Amino acid sequence: MIERIRGNKNGQLALGLLFGIVFGIFLHKSGVTRYEVIIGQLLLMDFTVVKVMMPAVIVGMLGVHFMNGRGLVRLHVRGGSFGSTVVGGLIFGAGFALLGYCPGTVAGAVGQGSLDALVGGVTGLVFGSWLFAVLYPRLTSFLARGEFRNETLQELLHIGTWQAVISTAAILIALLAALEWIGF
Amino acid sequence: MEWLRLEQWSPYICGGGIGILSWLSFLLSDKPLGTSTSYVRTAGMIERLFRGDRVLKREFFQKVTPTVDWQWMLVLGIVIGAFLSSMLSGQARLEWVPEPWLTAFGAVVGPRLIVAFVGGALLGLGARWADGCTSGHGISGTMQLAISSWVASICFFAGGIAVATLLYAVLAG
Repeated sequence: MIERIRGNKNGQLALGLLFGIVFGIFLHKSGVTRYEVIIGQLLLMDFTVVKVMMPAVIVGMLGVHFMNGRGLVRLHVRGGSFGSTVVGGLIFGAGFALLGYCPGTVAGAVGQGSLDALVGGVTGLVFGSWLFAVLYPRLTSFLARGEFRNETLQELLHIGTWQAVISTAAILIALLAALEWIGF
Repeated sequence: MEWLRLEQWSPYICGGGIGILSWLSFLLSDKPLGTSTSYVRTAGMIERLFRGDRVLKREFFQKVTPTVDWQWMLVLGIVIGAFLSSMLSGQARLEWVPEPWLTAFGAVVGPRLIVAFVGGALLGLGARWADGCTSGHGISGTMQLAISSWVASICFFAGGIAVATLLYAVLAG
């Protein structure tokens, strides 16, 4: 049954659109499609972004690992390296602050009518992505530099999957509680 | 359906909802929620309009084909979802220069658009460089406890905090 749903090409495109509409509603209703909310987070004055991301990670993590344990879903863990993950992450961060939206929330910002997101942001994103595609053959050896030896936290720490899941959830809940306690 | 007209929902509810959405995307589509790959596919589709099938010879486009796929539809859906949500709450409006840019740097459209374009370009370049964005790494990857995603997310915010502070605390005075 599930394999049939996953294998239906047009059904998947429709499902992608449906998931996107729900995702867009959540992003907009939480406030993270607004420039001031993203900048407020990066200036450490407004913690809405963290308050959306951490519950998403906690809830998602519990469900995805539960389903993976029952063989219902496959995980899609990406490997990383210093050259790719750290350098790319910092480039991304600089862009994040200058644009004030990320690749997901910029789409939501377009939907709410933010023209800086559409005219500046989306065109910039397409251009920057294209630049990477052009440079890619010359970057491959740099991207592989300092490859991470482990893929997951549980491998790195030599603990069981559920130990890692529960401890991560506990730490994230404690961080959220601390933010509320401080008054953010 | 009065709740759809509200301007804001609790961020915890929205985050939890995105978490549940990720269960469904793993289960029904065998895919983690992510957005940034769609921009490079779009770039390939646009280049193909000008240069034809030669574009498909690019090494990167052999790995990531310039076509409309599940994730591309997801990004289109985000536009529609945010449009519906903002129409229902009466917040939808065309705006060139958002706060707090307006207060710090003024209402002139040009500078905001140039900085947004440069920011977008770095975002697109960085997302491909790091193989993911705030959704693919920041939410979907971290929930799978992937080391690459935790490192990437820390770098996204470290770089973002540094540049935002430079922009607003130093340049804007």
